[in-house]
Amino acid sequence: MAVIRDVLPAFELFQPTTIDDAVRLVDKYRDDYWVLAGGLDSMDWLKDRLRKPRSVIDLSRIPELVGIKEANGGIEIGAMTPLTAVVRHPLVRDRFGLLAEAAELVASPQIRNQGTIGGNVSQDTRCWYYRGGWNCYRAGGNICYADTPTAINREHAILDADRCVAVSPSDTAPALVALEAQMVLRSARGERVVDAEHYFVGPGVDITRMTVLEPGEILTSIRIPATWAGAQFYFEKVRDRQVWDFPLVNVASAIKFANGRIDGARLVVGAVAARPKRLASVEAAIVGKPRDEQTADMAGRMAVEGAVTLRHNGYKVPLMRNLVKRAIRGGPAAVTT
Amino acid sequence: MTEDTPQGFSRRNFIKGVIAAGAVASSSAYLFRTATVHGQPSAAGAVERLITLTVNGQDRRIDVMPQETLAMTLRYKLGLTGTKIGCDRAECGACTVLIDDVPHYSCSFLTHRARGKKIVTIEGLADAATGKLSPVQQGVVDEQGFQCAFCMPGFVMAATGYLKANKNPTRQELAHGVSGNLCRCQDYDKILTALMRGAELMRG
Ligand SMILES: Cc1cc2nc3c(=O)[nH]c(=O)nc-3n(C[C@H](O)[C@H](O)[C@H](O)COP(=O)(O)OP(=O)(O)OC[C@H]3O[C@@H](n4cnc5c(N)ncnc54)[C@H](O)[C@@H]3O)c2cc1C
Ligand code: SF4
Ligand code: FES
Ligand code: FES
Repeated sequence: MAVIRDVLPAFELFQPTTIDDAVRLVDKYRDDYWVLAGGLDSMDWLKDRLRKPRSVIDLSRIPELVGIKEANGGIEIGAMTPLTAVVRHPLVRDRFGLLAEAAELVASPQIRNQGTIGGNVSQDTRCWYYRGGWNCYRAGGNICYADTPTAINREHAILDADRCVAVSPSDTAPALVALEAQMVLRSARGERVVDAEHYFVGPGVDITRMTVLEPGEILTSIRIPATWAGAQFYFEKVRDRQVWDFPLVNVASAIKFANGRIDGARLVVGAVAARPKRLASVEAAIVGKPRDEQTADMAGRMAVEGAVTLRHNGYKVPLMRNLVKRAIRGGPAAVTT
Repeated sequence: MTEDTPQGFSRRNFIKGVIAAGAVASSSAYLFRTATVHGQPSAAGAVERLITLTVNGQDRRIDVMPQETLAMTLRYKLGLTGTKIGCDRAECGACTVLIDDVPHYSCSFLTHRARGKKIVTIEGLADAATGKLSPVQQGVVDEQGFQCAFCMPGFVMAATGYLKANKNPTRQELAHGVSGNLCRCQDYDKILTALMRGAELMRG
């Protein structure tokens, strides 16, 4: 367990100015480096001495990684673009208001000024046993401390758990999965593009990480295609305090209509599983139905099928059901300041 | 601690002295490291330790370790102790400073990132020549906005940054603007009244 909890441990710092240089550095220090974006997840790991990388590669001086531009009717957002810039950008607000709403509900103003969109989708889980340095499954051990009879597990998963019951902490991730975003990854071997939905991995696939990012790979940008531009969006986040707190559950939906009926939908729930949970079967079931109470009700019930609760997180089942209902029904989200 | 401290030395100056000595010792270690990184020729992007920071309008040449946070540099290298460290975890706002006019938590920001940027701390708000307080500072004095005031510099910096972007906020908007700052004495209503007064003074 960590003892020293302030000041960072010593490391060699690199501030490359091009993506190529950054890729060369992560390739060179492959087995012992840390990529620093906004630093708001990174700092905790380093201050707690739970990670002691020899080299820290700071992406903040790479202009190519910052900014939002139009691309084929959609947009492309540089990985190092701060969340505040995402919230304010006219293209995001006009076409993909869902993402602007989600990003606006992250943490606090200062954190949004510094935290990046790339970091927000690449951050590690906040399970406090794991973050406290306990040697659990995710940390390479052979027990889950959050899933024992006396565990404090109010924030943990109700779906798709596999030994580990930690959840995805990100607010922007469900919005990006709903919008069918794509993640652009670069390494010494070249570029690959991964659907947002498949960027996130659950414990069944790899219990030690939250995303498909490989050592030596950098997330360079996030592309949002025109597909859902101008659809009807709904985002809602429920948390304990209206600032700082991670979602207990959040929901993102994008719905298109034709002749008063649902013509297509994307529905994604966060903080209920280790990945943003896309509800594909619910999406299929509501197509062709009117947007009304009955459809919303059915969607809510379907959404939580198969939920398994722990001692303290049973409330997440009705919470998720109700948020899904609201995401289908539409209308203004509960007021948060 | 007090017994060991030479007469006439405040505890704070004593600590500063110790830290300065530490900086000297580690900068000599640096001399032996400049040319190589892990025994290999310096790679593109490796940082130099001797840097220039622009703080409150002045260029300051200082030796900064790679792992130093801005809050540490400001307080313990530059003696700007108006910036407070409450949580050191991006969870309270006491350390808020402006970096290129935007409020940031300096406890969670590497000093090396601030190279080439304009840093403003609470010490830099008043007019350097006349000592005249900034509008937000004056609002705080007028309305006696704080109790113990540990959180005050952070609130003042957050509000100053927010008001640069939105000069005419409603009370609700300003509350949202400074929602990244906590007050342990918790009279948020009074704090907000003081900051609204600051906004008014800023508009003139
Ligand atoms: C007090 C507090 C409250 C918070 N509340 C919320 C909340 O309510 N909702 C929410 O969504 N988030 C929340 N966050 C998270 C925060 O918003 C940041 O988004 C998050 O910490 C990571 O973003 P960052 O830019 O700071 O990245 P970092 O912390 O620097 O990076 C995070 C991780 O991703 C990796 N990484 C980052 N960028 C890249 C890249 N381009 N390529 C490869 N790897 C990369 C890093 O190596 C690191 O492992 C909170 C954080 C704090 C400290
Ligand atoms: S929930 Fe996952 S991260 Fe948390 S203690 Fe269990 S195995 Fe570790
Ligand atoms: S000391 Fe930086 S936010 Fe608390
Ligand atoms: S006035 Fe005491 S902490 Fe805010």
